[in-house]
Amino acid sequence: MSHAINIAKVHKNYGNLHALAGIDFQIPQGSFFGLLGPNGAGKSTLINTIAGLTYASTGTVEVMGYDVRSQWRQARKSLGVVPQELVYDSFFSVIEVLRLQSGYFGYGRENYPWLDELLDILSLTDKANASMQNLSGGMKRRALIAQALVHRPPVIVLDEPTAGVDVELRKMLWEFTKRLHNEGHTIVLTTHYLEEAEALCEQIAILNHGQLIALDKTQTLLGRYPYRLLRLSLSLDFTLPTLPEALQSKVQSFELGELVLRLHREQDPICGVLECLRAANIPFLDLRTEEPGLEEVFMQLTSDREILS
Amino acid sequence: MNWRGFYTLFAKEVWRFLKVTTQTIFAPVLTVLLYLLVFASVLSEHVQVYPGVTYASFLIPGLIMMSIIQNAFANSSSSLFQSKMTGNLVFTLLAPLSDLEFFLAFVAASVIRGIVVGLGVLVAAMWFAPLTMHSFWILLGFTVLSSATLGALGVIAGLWAEKWDHVAAFQNFVILPLSFLSGVFYSVNNLPPFWQQLSHFNPFFYMIDGFRYGFFGLADSSIGLSFFVVSLSLIAMSVLCLWLLRIGYHLRN
Repeated sequence: MSHAINIAKVHKNYGNLHALAGIDFQIPQGSFFGLLGPNGAGKSTLINTIAGLTYASTGTVEVMGYDVRSQWRQARKSLGVVPQELVYDSFFSVIEVLRLQSGYFGYGRENYPWLDELLDILSLTDKANASMQNLSGGMKRRALIAQALVHRPPVIVLDEPTAGVDVELRKMLWEFTKRLHNEGHTIVLTTHYLEEAEALCEQIAILNHGQLIALDKTQTLLGRYPYRLLRLSLSLDFTLPTLPEALQSKVQSFELGELVLRLHREQDPICGVLECLRAANIPFLDLRTEEPGLEEVFMQLTSDREILS
Repeated sequence: MNWRGFYTLFAKEVWRFLKVTTQTIFAPVLTVLLYLLVFASVLSEHVQVYPGVTYASFLIPGLIMMSIIQNAFANSSSSLFQSKMTGNLVFTLLAPLSDLEFFLAFVAASVIRGIVVGLGVLVAAMWFAPLTMHSFWILLGFTVLSSATLGALGVIAGLWAEKWDHVAAFQNFVILPLSFLSGVFYSVNNLPPFWQQLSHFNPFFYMIDGFRYGFFGLADSSIGLSFFVVSLSLIAMSVLCLWLLRIGYHLRN
C-alpha cells in the first residue's frame, strides 16, 4: 500500500446537483498535496467524503488502505481533519477539549504528555485552562489543529487553515505543517492562497464543477503553462495606443508606467519584442521576466473549462 | 466496541449539564416545587385520589416523573442540536465511534440527568408531604426506562431539528402536552370515558402510573402493562434513533 488516500470513481449528487462527478485519483503516502479549485468546485464535498462526514453516492474512498464506509473505525483513526470554520464547544477549556477528543479515539491518561506537547508546539500552554470561547481567532485555529492531532494520525487534512489569519500566524502554520510533513505525515491542504500551495505542495489537484481538471507535480503543472511575463518600466509620457499593433494583443496590464506583456515561450521570443519596441521608438528604463505562478495556471485551467462547458 | 470512546462521550454529556446546574437541575426542581405549592395547598382539602393517600403525596411521584421525562428529553435534544448548530459535532463524527456508542452515550447521559433531577425533586418535595416506598426496584426501573426513552426521543428531535424553533416545538407541542395529560395531577379513572380511553394511548401515562405504583403499590393501570408499554416505547425509540444514525440523517449528508 503506497497511497495515503485512494479516491475511486466517486460521485456525489444532491438532487440534480452533481457535486462530484467521477473523481478518481490517489494521494501518495508522505506527500504534501494541494487540493485547489474555485468556490463551489467540490473541494469541501470531497474532503467531507474522505472524512466520512458525507457519504458518496457511488464510488469508494480509502484512507491508508481502509475503506471509509466498511472499515470506518480504522479509516477515522488514520485521519485528522482541521475544519475550515472555527467550531468549538463553549462549555469546555482547551485542555478539556483535547482530553475529550483523545478519549473518543480510545486514549486515556497515557496520551496526556502528547496533548501537553501539542499545546507547547502550538504555543497554547498558557491558555490550556482558558475557555475555548475566550480565545482569539488565531488561538482557536491552533486549538482546532491540536484537536485534529490528538491521535497522531498519519494523514492530516487542513481545510483552508490560513483563511482569515494574520501574516504571523500564517507563517507559523506554514512552518508547523512543514514540520509535520518532515516527520512523515501526509498533508492534504486546501487553500485559496495559490502562492501558499505553490510554496508548500509537491503535488496539486485542481477541481472545477465537481471534476478533476488537473493533477500533477507542482513544478510540472507550472511548466504546462506556455506563457511567461515580461515586465517593462517605460517613461511616464508613454501611452498605450502608441504600442505597435503586434504587441497590443499581448498586453496583460499597464499601470504607472509599468507595462506587463504575456509572451508565449516558443512563439514570442523576447528579442523580437525588444526589436519591435525599438522600431516604434519606445525606450524602456528597465525590464525583467517572470515565470508564471500557480495563479496563472489555475486561472487558465478553470477558464478553459468554463469555455468548454 | 470502543468502550473508552463511549465512556468519554457519556462523561462529556454529563459534565456538560453539570457545568450549568442552575439551568439543568435547580430550575426544574424549583418549577416542580411551585407546582406542588400551588396545587397541593389549594386542592389538598378537596381531593383524595387513593384511599389513605393525601393529594400532595399523590402529586409528588407524578411531578417527579414529569421532571425526569422533560429533563431527559431536554438533555439529549439540546446538547445534540447545539453541537450540530455550532458545528463542533464534527469532531465527534470524525472520531471512531459507532452509531450504537454515540446513541448509548447520549441516552445514558439523559438517564443520569433524569435521575439527578428526580432525586432533587424528591428531596425537596419530601418536606411537603409524607411518602412511602412500595418498591425501590420498580421506582428505579421506571426511572431508567422512562428517561432512556425520552433520551432516545431527544436524540431523534436533535437530529430532525434544523433550528432552535424546531426543538422548542417538539418540547412544547409533544413533550409538554403528553406529560401534562398523563395523570400527573389526577387519576385517569376520574376522567370521562372518552378521555380515559385516550389516556391509555399515551405512553407517558404508563411511565407515571408505573412510577407511582413504586411509591404506593396502587395505580390506575396494571404494573405489568405499564412495564410492557414503557419497555416497548424504549425499544421503538431506540430502533428509530439507531436507524436515523445509520443512514446519517441530517448528520452525514
